[in-house]
Amino acid sequence: MPRDKAGQFFGSGHTNNWAVTCTSQFWFNYRHVANTLSVYRSVKRLGIPDSHIVLMLADDMACNHRNPKPATVFSHKNMELNVYGDDVEVDYRGYEVTVENFLRVLTGRLPPSTPRSKRLLSDDRSNILIYLTGHGGNGFLKFQDSEEISNVELADAFEQMWQKRRYNELLFIIDTCQGASMYERFYSPNLMALASSQVGEDSLSHQPDLAIGVHLMDRYTFYLLEFLEDIHPASTTNMNDLFKVCPKSQCVSTPGHRTDLFLRDPGSVLITDFFGSVRKVEITMETINLTSPVEQVEDK
Amino acid sequence: MKCISVSALFLSCSLCCQLLVPLILSLCLSLSPSERRQGQHAALAIAAVVIIVGVPLWWRTTETYRAWLPVTQINELAKLQLQLSVDVEVVFARGTLTPEQQKKVPLTQTQDEEHMVDGEDLLMVVEVYIGQRRTAMLRIGAQMRVGRTLKQLLAHLEPRIQQVLQVMSFSHSDITAALSDRVRPSPGNKESLADSMRAFKSSPGYEITFSLLNPDPKSHRLHWDIESAVQNYIQPLLTKLAPVANFSIDSQILYYAMLGVNPRYDSSLSAYTLSADSLAHVINPVEARLGSNAASSNPVLNFLLYVPDAHHSPLYIHDHKKQKVHSNAFHSPRWGGIMVYNVNDFYGPDPVFPMDINISMAKVMGVFLAQLRLLLGVQSSATPPGFVVASCGSAGLADWELDRLMWSRTVENVATATTTITSLAQLLDQIGNIVINDNIAQQVSSTVTSLQLAVAELEAGNLGFALQYSKEAILASERAFFDPSLLHLLYFPDDQKFAIYIPLFLPMCVPILLSLLKMLSEARQRRKEKQAKRD
Repeated sequence: MPRDKAGQFFGSGHTNNWAVTCTSQFWFNYRHVANTLSVYRSVKRLGIPDSHIVLMLADDMACNHRNPKPATVFSHKNMELNVYGDDVEVDYRGYEVTVENFLRVLTGRLPPSTPRSKRLLSDDRSNILIYLTGHGGNGFLKFQDSEEISNVELADAFEQMWQKRRYNELLFIIDTCQGASMYERFYSPNLMALASSQVGEDSLSHQPDLAIGVHLMDRYTFYLLEFLEDIHPASTTNMNDLFKVCPKSQCVSTPGHRTDLFLRDPGSVLITDFFGSVRKVEITMETINLTSPVEQVEDK
Repeated sequence: MKCISVSALFLSCSLCCQLLVPLILSLCLSLSPSERRQGQHAALAIAAVVIIVGVPLWWRTTETYRAWLPVTQINELAKLQLQLSVDVEVVFARGTLTPEQQKKVPLTQTQDEEHMVDGEDLLMVVEVYIGQRRTAMLRIGAQMRVGRTLKQLLAHLEPRIQQVLQVMSFSHSDITAALSDRVRPSPGNKESLADSMRAFKSSPGYEITFSLLNPDPKSHRLHWDIESAVQNYIQPLLTKLAPVANFSIDSQILYYAMLGVNPRYDSSLSAYTLSADSLAHVINPVEARLGSNAASSNPVLNFLLYVPDAHHSPLYIHDHKKQKVHSNAFHSPRWGGIMVYNVNDFYGPDPVFPMDINISMAKVMGVFLAQLRLLLGVQSSATPPGFVVASCGSAGLADWELDRLMWSRTVENVATATTTITSLAQLLDQIGNIVINDNIAQQVSSTVTSLQLAVAELEAGNLGFALQYSKEAILASERAFFDPSLLHLLYFPDDQKFAIYIPLFLPMCVPILLSLLKMLSEARQRRKEKQAKRD
């Protein structure tokens, strides 16, 4: 499941944020949907509006006939938090979640009839967050359990985004087995990547729920969300803290990150640069004096 | 993929069938020599067919269609050597020149200046008044009035004229800002960075949305005559900006839309205040509710008018120095502006709620117009000292400001279109598998033509035509780059290619090779026997 996010920022040189997320199909992949929806909720809570989030979900969990609580997707044991609710805007659902559509969204090569909500309308001052989760392997990620996207394709897509200046900075988070292989091939500037496990390791799920009968979340995302719960729009936590999320003792796998392509020092990058949407404002100092109705003057 | 499987299958099936008969014969030991020879001829013929007909057929059916692109011209444009020329007419007022000097004034004088994009700016002190249209008045210093030669006079004037030109047409920093895509401005210059981040990027169209936020409909019944206000105040500006972009205007009213930030009560002012730091968090809760036109992908400028609820009236915005802001408004770069309109003055001695309130659109539009100018990049950065600029007039835009905008937009468009097709050409070169359709090649060619025309017009100084060509160039280049058929889904790693071809071609090639080898070994055997016989 990839997620895109946009945010607005001045201090870092960006003015808007976008987010994109994606998930996989089938009941036993419940946790992937819960992962994505939880990150989606956090991102919304921190201020990114739906118009700036492209959410790609298979969306067959909530109304699956195996779901004992229909129209809900829980992310916590004992059904504490329903992350589906009535405020979820899914942009790509079901069969529309394909590698082709994902790459089209990233590169902007959509047919002209695509509505605004399905497009990534970022510009050169947008910070983008991409969150992917699902099943993966060394150098690939499974989409919908039937297709794959390879790390080379992803790197090329990012390069095309860079060529067209479709992002200012991009944060890529992946929670799959052998996730670190997906960011090995990146070569465009201003990319930062986090993965839940190294090559050769498996990312494990967190907790099964006996009532629902499946695992509800993955470990890395669970601890990532715990970390994000403490973030509010004005917080000053930086990326170095994000890198420490879910150490091996909790995650069993070793999370990895990559910052060599990023121009700024990760310690100066705020979490809200990517996860939130703090806008820059300027006071309007000047006004135009229009106290009387204006006649149309022919200017030649 | 289809081509590969079909052609390969066809070849392998037909040849395998034809191979079976003669090869079984040729490998069979109990054959008469003539039959064996027949088998050898058959094997040779099959090998010939495979090599002469099969391989080229497979090659042609599996290659990707790539239309021709004007790559050399694209590389030429990529150097981006633009020549911008401005026609200047200097008129001397009566009494400034002696009659002899007047006769000797040269008719034309061109001044060339090469601007390195990472160079420095010049600053001079001049006394100048810049008018609404395209004129400026300079005051010559007292020491220049009497007894100077023409040459000295002109030498004295030149730097001042240059200064005026930089303000009224384009300056070095303007060009750098327009090219901020390719050249990131030096991090030291914060003001130019803020300027380049504030204005929307050049786009063929913009959408402007005016929203009235009424969080307290129980107390206030608001009436705003938005349509006539737009017609009277905003439309003249947009009409004047028509050569630059298309604009579409919407308006909406939102009820029960709160700001999302709690204002603090200031007892000294007996009013509520919003500090400058909290303004950043105002926009997000509101933005989720704002509607927009789903059909277009044009950038949206949002202008919000917020009327505080009765319990939080009046509401003032404070700047960083804790001073009240005169306009009571703030704006967010590349997003839009918000103005807070206090209505407690309308209450009167005995207010009965809900109150009917007519909003004074002139005041509101004055603020929105100023914000619109900033967000569109019309507002110039601080003018040098000694300059006095006339107010912008009824259209909200002086002619020279429009020129200035057109210069920077043209340069920006030319630079963006050049970058787009250069990177497209590079991309298509790198990835051999992408199909280049005819329509893409045609768009690229038309981009190149438009760009060349735009550069030529810039050289000649025809701003209107240059802008038009640059807009055509941008549209064509965007259409070519974002064509849905250019999707890079044809990534085949080499091991996958082998995995596809080997099961199809190996069963076919192995018998051919074996029979050829057998024939070769038999021929060698015969030659040895002949040698042995002779000896």
